[in-house]
Amino acid sequence: MSAKPRKRHALSTRIWHWINAISLIVLFMSGLNISNAHRRLYWGNDGFAAADAWLEVPRFPGWMTIPDYYSLSAARDWHVLFSLVFGFGLLAFMIAAVVNGHMLRDVFARAREWRPGNIWIDIREHVKFNFEHGEGKYNILQKIAYASVILILLPLMIFTGMVMSPGMEAAWPWMTDLFGGRQSARSLHFIAAWLLFGFFVLHIVLVLVSGPIKQIRSMITGHEFEGTSDAEA
Amino acid sequence: MQRRNFLVAAGAAFLAGCSEIGDTAWFAKLVEGAQGWHRGLHRALGGGRITMAPEYDRSAISPFFRGNGNQTVDSDEYRAAEAQGFANWRLSVSGLVDNPMALSMADIRALPQRTQVTRHDCVEGWSATGEWTGPQLSAILDAAGVQAEANFIVFRCADFFMRGPSNNRRRVDYYESCDMDDAMHPQTIVAHQLNGEALPTRNGAPLRMRLERQLGYKHPKYLTGIEVVASLEEINGGKGGYWEDIAGYQWYAGI
Repeated sequence: MSAKPRKRHALSTRIWHWINAISLIVLFMSGLNISNAHRRLYWGNDGFAAADAWLEVPRFPGWMTIPDYYSLSAARDWHVLFSLVFGFGLLAFMIAAVVNGHMLRDVFARAREWRPGNIWIDIREHVKFNFEHGEGKYNILQKIAYASVILILLPLMIFTGMVMSPGMEAAWPWMTDLFGGRQSARSLHFIAAWLLFGFFVLHIVLVLVSGPIKQIRSMITGHEFEGTSDAEA
Repeated sequence: MQRRNFLVAAGAAFLAGCSEIGDTAWFAKLVEGAQGWHRGLHRALGGGRITMAPEYDRSAISPFFRGNGNQTVDSDEYRAAEAQGFANWRLSVSGLVDNPMALSMADIRALPQRTQVTRHDCVEGWSATGEWTGPQLSAILDAAGVQAEANFIVFRCADFFMRGPSNNRRRVDYYESCDMDDAMHPQTIVAHQLNGEALPTRNGAPLRMRLERQLGYKHPKYLTGIEVVASLEEINGGKGGYWEDIAGYQWYAGI
């Protein structure tokens, strides 16, 4: 095997990827446990009655939650701890990604990539399960997905979470108004969590169909071996 | 098929591991540290000013203010006090103070009053808005003369829960506590009115605390005493509150 290793992911990206993965799994599953404490969602600032709710979500079973039995206090322990890991992890990654150019070079799309023709080609290639296309590290659909998650959904989770914390709200009360009230922020927190779950599923599926060993190895070691496939690896 | 079995086993191991970690002492230490970080951030992001919970216009008041937890006190003393319109209710102020006191409802109404329309957030997730009226706790503490060693205020309550197996039921009193920062906060009041009327029984008649920068379980109802202490360790279960002792809820409920 004479293939020369090529740099695929920076160290900061790799460390953050795995810390973030663990944080999101813990936050999502402890969040489902917290959701079981009050399953109704509202718009606006307050709400507690069934008549005020826009949605009553199902009760999530133990195998979906942390801990694996109903405990609001224990689930909050996990949520309180990992919210810090997640929040400061994202902040550190964003600073590193701006400094090392990853954000501008790989995540932001160029004007020409936004042409409908380019997007259409990208969709067709994805349908054909060909993922080795596009001019940069990521093609336009990947860029849209990653930018939506990193720049919109993840920060949205943090800010709506901060609004729900009464101690934080007393420091930045304007943020509650920005989201249309505390219960609106709670609803958005729930919606964004499930959108992130959708991204998680899609992400795993695409890793599985595009050579999981190669992909996972490059996210651990940072290197990619030219021309190798999973069959050889 | 093998791969799927592996994934199911790995998932189950992960869940079991999390539950086990959750019971360890070092995890509890980490969570305690994280709570301190959250609290520190909440104060730091306030930029040095006293951070205030948002206050609303009267039009924001919820038509019905839900009662949660104990909706009344299941004792003959309380029923008798309620029948008398709480004419003989006393709020004791004790512990590390120069002048221990027993305030009547008339004493409490005679103090300078603060009225605030705030949102009440339950740890479960729901919220209700109400207008609360009462004297600031700081005014009561100033009158009592808090001693230098004081670090916490303990709130004693008339309500209780019956806990334990049916052959060994025991009474566990509700109580709560806060630090001096929250105790002296301008929005921390001893409320005797909700929406301009005497407190309804379900909301804690005749007195309940309002600690507006924390979740609902930090606002004890059916208040009977204010105790100034140096440490919470010797008090009841030692964790600073009924839900903290009984079910491991977070003492700092500003998160």
